[in-house]
Amino acid sequence: MKKLFLAAAAASLLAVTGASAQTKVGVLLPYSGTYAALGNEITLGFNMALEEAGRSGEFELVREDTEAKPPVGLAKARKLVLEDEVDVIMGLVSSGVLGAVRDFVDGAEVPLIVANAGNDEATGENCSPYISRVSFSNRQVSGPMGEWLAEQGVKTAYTLAPDYAAGHQMVEAFTQKFTEGGGEVVGGEFTPFGQTSDFGPYLTNAKSSGAEALFVFYAGGEAISFVKQYGSFDLKEDLPLYGSGFVTSPLYVAAEGDAAVGVIAALHYVPTVDNEINNAFVETYKAAQNKAPSEFTIQGYDAAKALMAAVDSGASDRASIAKALRGLKFDSPRGAVEIDAATNNIVHDVYIYETVKEGDGLTQKILGTIKAVRDEPHGCQLD
Amino acid sequence: MDAGFWVLQFLNALQYSMLLFLLSIGLTVIFGLLHFVNLAHGALYMMGAYLGISAAALTGSYWGAFVLAPLGVTLIGAVLYFTLIDRLRGAGPMNQVLVTFGLIFVFLDIARLGWGDIALGLDAPAAMSGTSHLLGVAYPTYRLFIIALGALVMAVLWIILSRTQIGAMIRASVENGDMAAAMGINVGRLFFAVFCVGCALAGLAGVVAAPVFSATTGMGISILIPTLIVVVIGGLGSLQGAIVGSLIVGFIETVGAAFLPSFAAVASYLLLAAILVLRPQGLIPARGA
Repeated sequence: MKKLFLAAAAASLLAVTGASAQTKVGVLLPYSGTYAALGNEITLGFNMALEEAGRSGEFELVREDTEAKPPVGLAKARKLVLEDEVDVIMGLVSSGVLGAVRDFVDGAEVPLIVANAGNDEATGENCSPYISRVSFSNRQVSGPMGEWLAEQGVKTAYTLAPDYAAGHQMVEAFTQKFTEGGGEVVGGEFTPFGQTSDFGPYLTNAKSSGAEALFVFYAGGEAISFVKQYGSFDLKEDLPLYGSGFVTSPLYVAAEGDAAVGVIAALHYVPTVDNEINNAFVETYKAAQNKAPSEFTIQGYDAAKALMAAVDSGASDRASIAKALRGLKFDSPRGAVEIDAATNNIVHDVYIYETVKEGDGLTQKILGTIKAVRDEPHGCQLD
Repeated sequence: MDAGFWVLQFLNALQYSMLLFLLSIGLTVIFGLLHFVNLAHGALYMMGAYLGISAAALTGSYWGAFVLAPLGVTLIGAVLYFTLIDRLRGAGPMNQVLVTFGLIFVFLDIARLGWGDIALGLDAPAAMSGTSHLLGVAYPTYRLFIIALGALVMAVLWIILSRTQIGAMIRASVENGDMAAAMGINVGRLFFAVFCVGCALAGLAGVVAAPVFSATTGMGISILIPTLIVVVIGGLGSLQGAIVGSLIVGFIETVGAAFLPSFAAVASYLLLAAILVLRPQGLIPARGA
């Protein structure tokens, strides 16, 4: 009996020490609302990386739903830090939510690994040693599109994007690079975010502008409606569509159907990127999910990769995790990536791809690769 | 901006108005007749879109969805009528609003569980996937179909309400339900029939909208507000009110979007506020409502 008691005590002691070695991760993503599908996909990628490495047991996840609303996101971030006392937060889809939680995580000195939100300021003028990003900055996605489009000899473009932080930043960076390349943006419109279901009036305006090309940023449900309506107006000949790549993301391009064929866009990952890691990754993902992965899966996957690498380098608490993430280099399915030591933003290749038909479905044909795209500091000082 | 631009924007506005009409007519007549505020009407619209997508996959044709989705939504409506709505008729507007508002979230989660979080598309029938030339512009054929369908529903409802015995019974019941019942009209059965037609129209609007807007779990909530604005502006309970209200809101939102997008979102709210202050009964209210 005494032996049994001792064994039980030893076992429980083991369990306790086992638990204390765990890293507590706050997963802060939208699980309802416009971006729910994106939140689920990022979570899936994050768990895939942990399972693949056989290290799910080392990380305790606390999930919170931001609803993609800034005030909700901030309240949930506070809860994760103050109540759950997490070591690190991973997630954020909406640039608006990132803007809202920025000061809080910076002040609380909790490392935040951004797995989607592209808000330029978070790794620009408002950068923080506690905020590192494994996804992209808005400039990084739409800038290369402007550059590439100008190189193709396109002279004039019209822009459309939703009226919130990401929409403005995407269009601004596109306009800058396109203009530098010799192009001219002849007009544009910002559509009320989340309230626009009929894009007919905007498409009519774009058409009457006489521009050679249409550049847009839309994501999620808005992207699907937009591309389908663009298709129904038969504008492909007169006004070819270009975009930041989320407009025809592999996550939902199937719902857009034939309307998406021929759309050219820029993105940091497409499932057809040809390298060993990605080929293996796509195979595993397809076997489990019966569809192709998307940039969102990869962002979640790389968030876990970065976190594991930080822990491997000996980081165990908030300050050391934040420090270890800075300057980190690792191989991702999207190619070799690096967390820029100057801004904490990711440095990665950007792919220009066209959505094409393949059998019954759609796939991404890579037209060009812009190597190691690094977002300039724009006044960011980490030290 | 040439004439073609104006024709296109006119058609855009007309198309949006017709969708609003299909939704608001059900809502307004149910309100006028049953004195019941059914906020779940938008959720039925969403269910129409999702059921339509499933029905199209099942039958392999858009027209299968076009017929089955409104029927499916009517069935949902009938279940709601007997389980909740009939019981709540005497419970006062606050209880009705709370229960039907709750139903919105129930349906939202049903859609998420059944169809997932990713928005789904529905292909327009092949014959309508291109554009047609009309008044010197190329306009999506499917959108012309929406305009025609809206006009047809308007005409049919107009004839039924103004020229048939059923229509006379409905109008009598809207104006004075007790008196109509005293004259031998089976008001309960009439209410149920009208409620079902309202649900069918919401389902029809959903399946018709799906190829243009795609189906999202949030579509029921986002369409509810413009629909309520239509009902308030037009006047509760009347067909003419719904027609006029839909056209006003459809044109304001489209013209606003074309010229002042940042203002478009508030334009119809401003009108709503003005109507509530100056003419709270709406432009063309039903006489008894």
